[in-house]
Amino acid sequence: MNTVVAPWNEGRALLECAGLSKRFGGVLALGDVEFCIGRGEIYGLIGPNGAGKTTLFNVLTGIYPCDAGKFRFDGASLSGLRPDQIAACGIARTFQNIRLFGNLSALDNVMIGRHVRTQAGVLGAILRTRSTLAEEAAIERRALELLAYVGLAERANDVARQLPYGDQRLLEIARALATEPKLLALDEPAAGMNATETLELRRLLERIRADGTTLLLIEHDMKLVMGLCDRVLVLDYGRRIAEGPPREVQRDPRVIKAYLGAAAEGTAEA
Amino acid sequence: MKRPERARKQWWGLALIALALISLPFALAAAGTAWVRIANLAILFIFLSLGLNIVVGFAGLLDLGYIAFYAVGAYAYALLASPHFNLHLPFWVILPIGALTACVFGVLLGAPTLKLRGDYLAIVTLGFGEIVRIFLNNLSRPVNITNGPQGISRIDPVRIGDINFSRSDSLLRLDFSGPIKYYYLLLALLLLAIVINLRLQHSRIGRAWEAIREDETAARAMGINTTRIKLLAFAMGASFGGVAGGMFAAIQGFISPESFVLVESIMVLSMVVLGGMGNVWGVVLGAVLLSFVPELLRYTVEPLQKALFGKSIIEPEVIRMLLFGLALVLMMLYRPAGLLPSAVRKRELAKAEEGTD
Repeated sequence: MNTVVAPWNEGRALLECAGLSKRFGGVLALGDVEFCIGRGEIYGLIGPNGAGKTTLFNVLTGIYPCDAGKFRFDGASLSGLRPDQIAACGIARTFQNIRLFGNLSALDNVMIGRHVRTQAGVLGAILRTRSTLAEEAAIERRALELLAYVGLAERANDVARQLPYGDQRLLEIARALATEPKLLALDEPAAGMNATETLELRRLLERIRADGTTLLLIEHDMKLVMGLCDRVLVLDYGRRIAEGPPREVQRDPRVIKAYLGAAAEGTAEA
Repeated sequence: MKRPERARKQWWGLALIALALISLPFALAAAGTAWVRIANLAILFIFLSLGLNIVVGFAGLLDLGYIAFYAVGAYAYALLASPHFNLHLPFWVILPIGALTACVFGVLLGAPTLKLRGDYLAIVTLGFGEIVRIFLNNLSRPVNITNGPQGISRIDPVRIGDINFSRSDSLLRLDFSGPIKYYYLLLALLLLAIVINLRLQHSRIGRAWEAIREDETAARAMGINTTRIKLLAFAMGASFGGVAGGMFAAIQGFISPESFVLVESIMVLSMVVLGGMGNVWGVVLGAVLLSFVPELLRYTVEPLQKALFGKSIIEPEVIRMLLFGLALVLMMLYRPAGLLPSAVRKRELAKAEEGTD
């Protein structure tokens, strides 16, 4: 976790997507979306409500199969894999409407995140072999480390559902980090956070990147996106309308139109 | 200072419980051998409840056909150790075979129901339980496998070396009758089952079950192969049922499809729910209560009525069901998470209540 990785423009892309499409009945949720994320990058995904951001997340993490298109992650195709296989390949995510294991403790939540990187089976559990006990101790140690990493060390034994909203978001990040992702996909991590919490979140995300994990985030807090992301992709009605560094994208007339409507385009040009 | 003292107290407590459990059959035998048999059946039901607890309590999959695995285990024993096929394998060979067969049936049931949840899963498992029973009833033609509704009789009792569990032996001037010997064998198996349950609960697999129960989508996104982990729960639960079934066949010496009806499934489920699903000790308590209280009533209600009114007005069986119903209603009102709920399950049910208000 302490290694600093080369900047994102060095080396191959971590995630490449081409022609991703997804329809729900007559609604086009994603149309021919193409983008690529470099290693060590913080990549933003923005767009008005209903633009298809969360759908893109669900396609990337295998929750929905995509109708067309393919995506390669870390040199291998992930199309058609199940969510658990994709998590094993190294994409972890958080959810827009927090989906913690609400009745379990914060520690248990993070320990469950270690599942995919550990292997003790039924026999090991019943016989309590030395390797199982060692693995179990390692799981707990790592989970406590991660809780401390996101600043929830004191909350380890608290019930997840009873944590303050901001802490629940942090706990989701800790749980996702427990799967040792190469790409951490965050769906509106700052939603419901106050200014101080957002600032702390920003520091945390920068630290995660510095420690070698690539980040993909959906976010509505523009200040956070502009300050944090190296590049952003803008979706509108499921289609890619702009991509690039935040400053450039911000000035793109199509982006302004998508966010503020056609009338605003006129005033922007005037 | 504090800790060794507490540990010593715990050891004393454990020693007392062990002593009580060891001397229990002799106390019961003094009241009549029937009570030892009742205790044996109670242990079998605790065993069954612990198996169902893996499926319902840990993984949160509602299974209404659990008794089918009990039946599979019982028939596996009966067919391999009776004059029916003239096979007489020793019990320590058959019990694992029974567990394995039940395990296969568990996976067979689990596989098509993986995408189902809640009520839908309950209905399919209920159907599965009935299918197994009806098969047992009808697999007597054209080739006689199960002997149909007549069932299989003269099943071999358990034998370990020279000790035959169907006869009485005396040792140290104590009279070890057949049921008492079975009691100790069952107690040993039960201890094993409790250890397995506890260890599974606090393991990587146990946590994965909890995750699936809490939020399946999140569990999958965290890399848990929900298909495998659910099948594992069905398989583990079913093997417990298989072992219990084998012991049941050996103790009774006779089995027929009648022993494996839907009500038995419901009974085992009630034990799990009454005690507190997800909590091993709660489940044990639930099974003990539901096994013994009805028997106690059977022996007390009639004499009581005779003493009060001079004749029996209400049959004990009716009173039993009446009290059973009343107990269930009271439970729903005052302790919906069970008598000894697991902390997590209690929170889940409290949340469900908030949701409906």
